[in-house]
Amino acid sequence: MRQIFDIHGGIHPLERKDMSNPGWVSDCDMPSKLVLPVTQHIGAPARPVVEVGDTVLGGQMIAEAQGPVSVPVHAPSSGTVTAIEARAVPHASGLNDTCIEISLDGKDEWVGCEGLDNWRDETKAALLERVRLAGIAGLGGAGFPTAIKLASDRDGGIHTLIINGTECEPYITADDTVMQCFAQQIVEGAEILAHMVSAETVLLAVEDNKPEAADAMRQAAAALEIAEVVTFPTKYPSGGEKQLIEILLNAQVPSGGIPADIGVLCQNPSTAIAVRDALIDGKPVTHRITTVTGMSLKDPGNRRVMLGTPIRELLETAGFNADSADRVIHGGPMMGFAVTDLDMPVVKITNCVLAPTRTEIPPPQPQQACIRCGMCAEACPASLLPQQLYWYARAQDQEQLERHNLMDCIECGACAYVCPSHIPLVQYYRSAKGSLREAAKEKVRSDNSRARFEARQERLEREAAAREAKRAARKAAAEARAQAGDDPVQAAIERAKAKKAQQEAEQ
Amino acid sequence: MSLMHVSSPHVHKPVSSVEQVMKQVLLATIPGVLVLTWFFGPGTIINIVFGSALALAFEAWALWLRGKDYKTPLRDHSVIVTATLLCIALPPYAPWWLIAVGIGVSVLLGKHVFGGLGYNPFNPAMVGYVVLLVSFPLQMSSWTEPRGIGEVPGIVDAFTALFAASSYDAVTAATPLDLFRQNSGMLFEDLMQSKAELTGPIAGLGWDWVNLAFLAGGIWLLRQRIFTWHAPMGMLTALTICAALGYDEGSSTGGGSVLFHLFSGATMFGAFFIITDPVSSAVSNKGRLIFGAMVGILIYLIRVHGNYPDAVAFGVLLLNFAAPLIDQYTQPTVYGTKKVEADE
Repeated sequence: MRQIFDIHGGIHPLERKDMSNPGWVSDCDMPSKLVLPVTQHIGAPARPVVEVGDTVLGGQMIAEAQGPVSVPVHAPSSGTVTAIEARAVPHASGLNDTCIEISLDGKDEWVGCEGLDNWRDETKAALLERVRLAGIAGLGGAGFPTAIKLASDRDGGIHTLIINGTECEPYITADDTVMQCFAQQIVEGAEILAHMVSAETVLLAVEDNKPEAADAMRQAAAALEIAEVVTFPTKYPSGGEKQLIEILLNAQVPSGGIPADIGVLCQNPSTAIAVRDALIDGKPVTHRITTVTGMSLKDPGNRRVMLGTPIRELLETAGFNADSADRVIHGGPMMGFAVTDLDMPVVKITNCVLAPTRTEIPPPQPQQACIRCGMCAEACPASLLPQQLYWYARAQDQEQLERHNLMDCIECGACAYVCPSHIPLVQYYRSAKGSLREAAKEKVRSDNSRARFEARQERLEREAAAREAKRAARKAAAEARAQAGDDPVQAAIERAKAKKAQQEAEQ
Repeated sequence: MSLMHVSSPHVHKPVSSVEQVMKQVLLATIPGVLVLTWFFGPGTIINIVFGSALALAFEAWALWLRGKDYKTPLRDHSVIVTATLLCIALPPYAPWWLIAVGIGVSVLLGKHVFGGLGYNPFNPAMVGYVVLLVSFPLQMSSWTEPRGIGEVPGIVDAFTALFAASSYDAVTAATPLDLFRQNSGMLFEDLMQSKAELTGPIAGLGWDWVNLAFLAGGIWLLRQRIFTWHAPMGMLTALTICAALGYDEGSSTGGGSVLFHLFSGATMFGAFFIITDPVSSAVSNKGRLIFGAMVGILIYLIRVHGNYPDAVAFGVLLLNFAAPLIDQYTQPTVYGTKKVEADE
């Protein structure tokens, strides 16, 4: 048995995972239209490479990556592009973004997909390029481009690959289901990932509330010598990348750093499968397994959904009773965001769509005064002082916010969960983080413009000095000529007179 | 349906509210109040009922003056906690005006001039207590004789005392801490044998039971996770160490035994109900440990070398001043900011 470690804080919210019947997955009905946002990942939006009216096949790239931190988008099925315009997309900001709408023809015709017969023969660069072209971004919910993550090994390389099957958010069972149903593919994907980063150890991390998933993973992991399944006690937010690394390795990712800084790479099980599918089958990311759950649904469960399926249709196929719900949550109840428009689509990061009833998740209670009880500090997995951050955020005291490491907040929501005063703490931190980032940008801008101003001043001075030097040189030359009996003024007057006389003569 | 746009997290810990926290604190005082009532009669309960009613009135008035909603905050029970803590600290059978002045000072000067709940730099109950202690020393030291020595007053006596024009003329007796402070020339052991008031099993008749009851209430609160162990443990440990160091086998000028200090006066009440007030205390666990320890040291110094028999209120108020300074130096190590070990 591998020794595991504890993290500071954490909470035990009601799990309600049985509701979505983990371990079973069914296909979601094919919708008539798909809406595919060009940004389903963190980074630069992809650029559409199709036009309205174009016919597309399943697996065909419809938007290409722009710049290094970007991933392409592929059509999940065959049909016609009917619109390219701004639509509501799943994002905490609630802003619209460019989407490609495809009206499906129902034939589900695909482009030919060519996998690699032996991926071990390929160079790492070639493998990375395939991962990139397959449109893979972290499918656990963060959506960071996987190719970038795989390429970002720092000094010393990666020694440990962690497949993060923690899934500590209540309600969600997508990873649990994937681990139970596709354990072998996960291990194959993990093997490829480990090969790509030359990891010596693969840890398959599963929380102990998913014994079936852990068993399935153990059976599959027998095929990979460097792999080991590790289970650990259920606690939110053990699935946070930084928290999981502490639990498994007793090491902390340095503040402001990434796991690669300490030689660790974390990947979600579905991402591992996506990498496997991209390399072995040559298939891009076009579908995902999403948990559809909540008491407003007659038939909750895990669905294999085409990316771009409107959330409304996904909910309706699960027997959605719109009257009993007053919010629909994209993601889990701890970190997910409220859906503002049911027409927004399922995207690569949609691990859960939650439609709770009003009694199941009641509306937020009115905020009361902070009594500094410190329950938030007891719950914080990053050992922050949430109440101090709250006071400083309200006072907009950026110096103290930085001193109290606001930027190390992972926004897990444990503090707000336990707060007896019902203060929406995370909301304060998000906004304060925004202003800190803004201030940092502002500082860079002002530093730049100061540098520009100083450079300009210097240039002007230099030019003035050069002009002065030229003038002095001309003066010296003139004086020298005058001394030589050659009066330039007299000469100029002579020239002007001659010119005038010439002009008069011409007239 | 209209979609609600709310920020995460969407779920909240069930039955967790300010009201709930305050209710639990009130519940935890019950054993202590019952033991006080057994030994000294219904005076404390009358204090609490009268004081709480007044406190609610003062709170509503203050909120109304400040132009705030004055109905909702009354429901959070925080002002009742303040009143209850002050009234437990007051001598039973205090006259109504003493209670009124104390509650008025606590609620208005201790709490609302600073901005109400959550904004007070000092423990409001202790502000009221200290104002009374320095203004009305006679009334504030009139404890009746405990059961076992004198007659315990009844309910009628209690109401008479509350509304008496002059102070209630029951037989008052010195508390063990008074006797200890006034002692001159007697060895500690002899002192403990000399008076009926001091012949309790540990630290004086009645008082050890009172302290044990507040200890029990405090441990229950600790198990309910209303506060962490740091402040009470800091205070009790510091008091124990001071008393152990100062105990010179019980000479007449010595500091008294460890058990005497732990179980007399307001030690346990202070450790679990007063210094654990989160608003005016330090914020981190390490800070609260230091906060408690400093209070413990001050309590010992004032009890043994000061002019007042007990010192919880002074200790707490002095440390309330120091809390922001303590916070400055006791910020916990945030994830990822630890010095990386060489082999990692």
